[in-house]
Amino acid sequence: MLKGFLFHIGRYILLMRQVFKRPEKQSIYIRQIMVEIENLGLDSVGIVAFISTFMGAVLCIQMAFNIDTPFIPLYTIGFVTRQSVVLEFSPTIISLILAGKVGSRVASELGTMRVTEQIDAIEIIGINPATYLIFPKIIAAVLINPILIIMSMVMAIMGGWLAGIFTGLVPTSEYVYGIKAFFESYDIVYALIKTVVFAFLIVSISGYHGYYTKGGALEVGASSTKGVVHSSIAIIVFNLILTQLLLS
Amino acid sequence: MIEAKNVSKSFGEHLVLDNVSCRFEEGMCNLIIGQSGSGKTVLMKCLVGLFEIDKGNVEYDGRVFSKMSFDEMKVIRQEIGMMFQGGALFDSMNVEENIMFPLSMFTDQSLEEKLERANFCLSRVRLENVNKLFPAELSGGMKKRVAIARAIAMNPRYLFCDEPNSGLDPLTANVIDNLISEITQEYNITTVINTHDMNSVIEIGDKIAYVHKGKLWWEGNKDTILKSDNPELNEFVFATELTRKLK
Repeated sequence: MLKGFLFHIGRYILLMRQVFKRPEKQSIYIRQIMVEIENLGLDSVGIVAFISTFMGAVLCIQMAFNIDTPFIPLYTIGFVTRQSVVLEFSPTIISLILAGKVGSRVASELGTMRVTEQIDAIEIIGINPATYLIFPKIIAAVLINPILIIMSMVMAIMGGWLAGIFTGLVPTSEYVYGIKAFFESYDIVYALIKTVVFAFLIVSISGYHGYYTKGGALEVGASSTKGVVHSSIAIIVFNLILTQLLLS
Repeated sequence: MIEAKNVSKSFGEHLVLDNVSCRFEEGMCNLIIGQSGSGKTVLMKCLVGLFEIDKGNVEYDGRVFSKMSFDEMKVIRQEIGMMFQGGALFDSMNVEENIMFPLSMFTDQSLEEKLERANFCLSRVRLENVNKLFPAELSGGMKKRVAIARAIAMNPRYLFCDEPNSGLDPLTANVIDNLISEITQEYNITTVINTHDMNSVIEIGDKIAYVHKGKLWWEGNKDTILKSDNPELNEFVFATELTRKLK
């Protein structure tokens, strides 16, 4: 098992060396990055907005039920909702959801290209397939995911506010005061650093599994599953490491 | 001319190619034939560098290809066109984008020039009004023809075709064979075709290499293959009732 793990780590590092080689023609790569921003980022806006809004709403209601004492001010609901969303829910939970959506897309796209010899065709033409196929996806995800996460934070806080109003658990003035209270801009920096690292992990790990697919349709499915599972595990592990490094 | 010198290739403990040496001549259709699992696809993939060979050399007009780094191989690969068994057309691109892809990557041609070249290549393979179709919208024979058009877009010196007429009806298969033969002679390129189709062998086999159990078993051409007394080759060539009757 350890041997297999080390084999994959080694091959992943070698693939990343190939991915970050100098591109053949930069104008083509810039166009590819734009295409991938649309495929990997803009197509995820709907699901991110939906999940974030409901996540914020649930957080607000849970906080309100847990703060059932007059000694804790109501604005705490807004404060805790903001802190939970900014520090953990948006960067980590949304990244895990993107690992499922984007990771399976990347792994199955590359896996299908591998088994139908499209990757071989790119190589025969004289193009480095790892750079051509994976590099634009990584750059696109690293650029667009922070924007998605900031949008997620805004939507989650809005969701909490709406839940507070409709349930009557917290008035707008208290919620808004809580949202503004004790704000540290470093929290946003921390969240965005995590987001960028997670974006890289999602695309590179899923890309690795897709790129080295062998066989047919069944193996493409297996690669897609491995891409999602392994990138999710990597997100959880790096979440702990980054939190320790950035907040301690 | 392409030359394989003492090429061996194993996958784990399984020896697939055992000391294979053969030459593929310029301006000719060079056929690699053999039964399924005989090692002919592995030989072709070793020739184009998709598989790293264990022993021996592959040379392109004296240039030792198999010892080159990926970046050095790029130069020769721009002189190679390859048609894959399933076409290997890029699903996300339409027909003209597929053909223009190598031109976009390696030339500074304007869009008009690339389109003109794509249309010329399409007319060369006798396809019209398919520019905007995607690979999923093409028939098997059309896919193969678009794959040939893409392979010749960069004016290659070497053309490789892996099972060009597998899965096609005899008429379409014949059209594909004749197209490859015409292109080979017209542009004087070195064409290597991997096939187990006896019609192709008789139709366009200027030079034939028979691979059996990972070894080069026999070499000849379309005239000598029918008169050979090699038992393994005869078993392959005259495998069907029709060919036995013809003999």
